[in-house]
Amino acid sequence: MTALILEQLLNGVQFGVMLFLMAAGLTLVFGVMGLINLAHGSLYMVGAFACAAVAAWTGSFWLGLAASLAAAAAAGAIVEIAVIRRLYTRDHLDQVLATFALILIFSEGTRWIFGSQPLYLNVPQMLSGAVTLPGGIPYPLYRLAIIVAGLVIALGLFLLIARTRLGIRIRAGESDREMIAALGVDIDRLYTVVFALGAALAGLAGALVGALQSVEVGMGEPVLILAFVVIVIGGIGSIKGALIGAILVGVTDTMGRFLLPQFFATFMEPSPAIATGSAIASMLIYALMAVVLIFRPQGLFGGVH
Amino acid sequence: MREWQVNTALLAILAAFAGYAVLADEPFLITLATRIVIFAIAGIGLNLALGYGGLVSFGHAAFFGLGGYVCGILASHAQNYEPIFETPFLIEGTNQMLVIWPLAILVSALAALLIGALSLRTSGVYFIMITLAFAQMIFFFAISWPAYGGEDGLAIFVRNEFPGMDQFAPMGLFQVSVGVLAVVLLLVWRITGARLGMALQAARQNPGRVSTVGIRPFGVRLTAFTISAAITGWAGALYVDLNKFVSPAMISWETSGEIMIIVILGGVGRLFGPLAGAMLFILLEHYLGGVFEFWKILLGLALLAVVLFARGGVMGLLIRDSNGATHG
Repeated sequence: MTALILEQLLNGVQFGVMLFLMAAGLTLVFGVMGLINLAHGSLYMVGAFACAAVAAWTGSFWLGLAASLAAAAAAGAIVEIAVIRRLYTRDHLDQVLATFALILIFSEGTRWIFGSQPLYLNVPQMLSGAVTLPGGIPYPLYRLAIIVAGLVIALGLFLLIARTRLGIRIRAGESDREMIAALGVDIDRLYTVVFALGAALAGLAGALVGALQSVEVGMGEPVLILAFVVIVIGGIGSIKGALIGAILVGVTDTMGRFLLPQFFATFMEPSPAIATGSAIASMLIYALMAVVLIFRPQGLFGGVH
Repeated sequence: MREWQVNTALLAILAAFAGYAVLADEPFLITLATRIVIFAIAGIGLNLALGYGGLVSFGHAAFFGLGGYVCGILASHAQNYEPIFETPFLIEGTNQMLVIWPLAILVSALAALLIGALSLRTSGVYFIMITLAFAQMIFFFAISWPAYGGEDGLAIFVRNEFPGMDQFAPMGLFQVSVGVLAVVLLLVWRITGARLGMALQAARQNPGRVSTVGIRPFGVRLTAFTISAAITGWAGALYVDLNKFVSPAMISWETSGEIMIIVILGGVGRLFGPLAGAMLFILLEHYLGGVFEFWKILLGLALLAVVLFARGGVMGLLIRDSNGATHG
């Protein structure tokens, strides 16, 4: 039982790390440009499709991974220059609608190119085995690798923002865009770079998850909505909040689905216990969000906007 | 054109469309017209919160779906002669719209009261994300709760009854829906002219001043959000009667987006805007969808064009005056 719990806990952390890659881009774009981007889920999908297509074509997962980063970053940069740029001064309703329109274009465009059949992506040879966890049960190496990769990227992002010139500009852009423009920073280019960076993270998340699930149109939006929950819990604009919120959501969701049916089975018949347990488990993270909202409407690490 | 002229023209187009359907003996077109009317009602509900109140709810599909499920559950119990509860007292299903509607409205309103009380503690982007998240919560609950069909949805085999309506003819439900549309239009028109509506619009433009004169924006917004959800829930109950089917798809984020598109395409904060938007959206869906499989690309481009270049939607393009509500 403890080994099973450990396994589920790791699954939860792995799910959380994926959510972090999505939420980081969203929260960065919101923090710096004040933009809510619904099409972030589409960039996740673009990454997954690019990885699956290139991996199928060349036979190499790693080339696919590189392609996913490149494709998502390029799609992000193009979309930023063509559409998103016009939205920074608009209100949130316009931003929601325009990026919703982008979802329609991306989703149907992808369906047009790739068809409605899902694509499949295999776990790379190098990471396909299992490791034995303490307690004796095997755990897929690939999932463990995702956790490590996610944490490394989180660390890299912290360093990028805290220690580099680009990071200084990003933080400066967050507090006063006119001031840094006056200091000679090309603000338009900075925004394109930040947007492409967020897009690349989303594309990477899509590619990594693509090897665990099927790659299909519409895969991005459920993850996008979970990333929203993460940001609401963590506080908009905070990378630290996104990381902690993501792990919290990932673990709560996975453990809820695992433990609640068993909990209800202690005093109910097995079949209704599973039904009740899984129905409540599916609502758990939203309840978590509601609790955070009651006590800290600005999120755990959010400042006042 | 003046706004009342556009409104009259919209009603005339709807009547002409239905009249043509009857003369040409095309029951399908009547169903299409009924769809337009029902989505217009849902949009009018959302428009109260979004257009007049500036509350960008991305979760109105939750209320649309809740109203739908109330209708589906009551009707399926009535058709199977199974009571919903036997203890502590007997509650049976029903196939009377006049009983289903108040319950659908009540359930949507209660859900909105709860969701609104939490979501309205925040504003702006937070509000958009939170309403979307709560709708998703109800969506996943509907999928994982097996008693009423879960993911597969729930079919009702016979349309519910309304006094004097022919429940087997498509025209019957169309007439009933138009009646509901009229009631809802009248209601929202009265609200926006009354104290509540004035305070709501003032709170959108300047919450600080509204507080200064002694009105709490929170209460006004929560009331408007609840009424808005109740109207959308009513539309949901009608929609289930139209399709004789309810499924979690009614609660999905795409449905929230579609209701929102209808409001925007028509013209935010205009009483008849959602009717114009629903006509445009459903006719585009029907006719473009027939010729081009990936018509949603075109819908996306059209929406993008409206947002970037033609703010104010159809109504904004047609009407030449300056007193329409704008969002912001």
